[in-house]
Amino acid sequence: MSLEIYLDLFSQPCRSVYIFAKKNNIQFDHKKISLFEGYQYSEEYGKINQLRKAPALKDGDFCLAESVAIMLYLAEKFHTPDHWYPADLQKRARVNEYLSWQHSAIRMHGSKMFWFKLLIPKALGVEITKEKMDNAVDDLNASLNIFEEKFLQDRPFVVGDQISLADLVAIVEIMQPVGAGMDVFENRPKLKAWKDRVRAEIGDELFDEAHQAILYAQETVKTMDPKKMEHFKPKILRYFLS
Amino acid sequence: MPLELYLDLHSQPCRSVFLFAQINKIPFEFKAVDLSAGEQYGEEFGKVTIIRKVPVLKDGDFILTESIAILQYLAAKHRTPDHWYPADLQKRARVDEFLSWQHTNIRTHGSKVFWFRGVVPAVTGAPVSKEKMDAAVEDLNASLKTFEDKFLQSRPFIIGDKISLADLVAIVEIMQPVGTGLDVFQGRPVLSAWRDRVKKELGVEVFDEAHKVIMNVDTLPQTFEKKGLPEFLKLKLQKMFN
Repeated sequence: MSLEIYLDLFSQPCRSVYIFAKKNNIQFDHKKISLFEGYQYSEEYGKINQLRKAPALKDGDFCLAESVAIMLYLAEKFHTPDHWYPADLQKRARVNEYLSWQHSAIRMHGSKMFWFKLLIPKALGVEITKEKMDNAVDDLNASLNIFEEKFLQDRPFVVGDQISLADLVAIVEIMQPVGAGMDVFENRPKLKAWKDRVRAEIGDELFDEAHQAILYAQETVKTMDPKKMEHFKPKILRYFLS
Repeated sequence: MPLELYLDLHSQPCRSVFLFAQINKIPFEFKAVDLSAGEQYGEEFGKVTIIRKVPVLKDGDFILTESIAILQYLAAKHRTPDHWYPADLQKRARVDEFLSWQHTNIRTHGSKVFWFRGVVPAVTGAPVSKEKMDAAVEDLNASLKTFEDKFLQSRPFIIGDKISLADLVAIVEIMQPVGTGLDVFQGRPVLSAWRDRVKKELGVEVFDEAHKVIMNVDTLPQTFEKKGLPEFLKLKLQKMFN
């Protein structure tokens, strides 16, 4: 029985899992799903992931949600090179520290920017007030500052000389607001240098392939059927604007 | 040099770290940080970490934030019993899955209800609007439902017969709104039975000790009256409500 991974590359956590599996030559059946089409709410998908989110993994009978859990599982099962999730106690702790912090920081603020700048106004037809937008930008900048000042500092990668899951998870999240037209690397030369290093380590081709959908988002949203997004509307507005 | 843990037991992640260290007889120095006085923004704490959050671990020169990372570090370093963070691939994945999911679900919604019921009225002297309160409680209920339906099901503990880090992190988060008088266990027999099991496994005495301050959070108004309102709190509240 094969390894199936359910992915929509608009989603940051799907990109990190995709890149990790591909980079490590892990053979898997890439099940492409569309979150905008609402596939995560189908009965079929509910059997794979009750949490109704992507990514999801199905390894034989074993189903697993949450990108961080999925990557730790794959790293262990396929004995990926140590630098991804080092066995060394303190290095591993540094990776774990970042993977934990990012949920309510860069991930949350980067996602919000993407929704605020692009999807909510263009696909849901709802205006974001200047105050809310400014706060969202401030929050993202605060997270990026912490990323640079605490997690990166003067190291090439988060943990040191080598790329790890921390850098991978960081980069896919930071690319999300870029997809909405916000150049987060402008005036952040250190961040930009780190991004270039990460992209080179992953491989330009794989990195660009994974980010193709999100970097084309501004065009895609023009062809999005607002009627299809109606069922998302109350949930999204409640989540982001209440 | 002994292990130092910077803690305020008002904070859920501080409680899980406190309980884990106590139960596993890991010797540590309890470095109290008074969040209600804004000590996390002070100069002293800033020397430990610029993250301005608790808990923080200081093991010699090694400083670590994020409770999940701290728990994983302590489990590995002190070789705590396997059931806390099992070596078995799939069992560990289940723990990781919950530890990842909880950040933006039970933790977020439990915290929000705690702030709305326990902190905001203590600071502003006025209750939160019914609309906002109802939405927050609804979100918490949805998280608790997912917890019961997916993470617990008919098992004694999240991953099976034995308690793990998942249950520990879950219980401290679920106790947060309870401190403000919202009995989330009422009408939830499965959740109540699980809570009783977890409490017994941890040890009723140490559980109650860890939860003493949160169960007395109705004294917050007097605390603020006596010590004054820290600046960060005013700003946080402003942001929460615009």
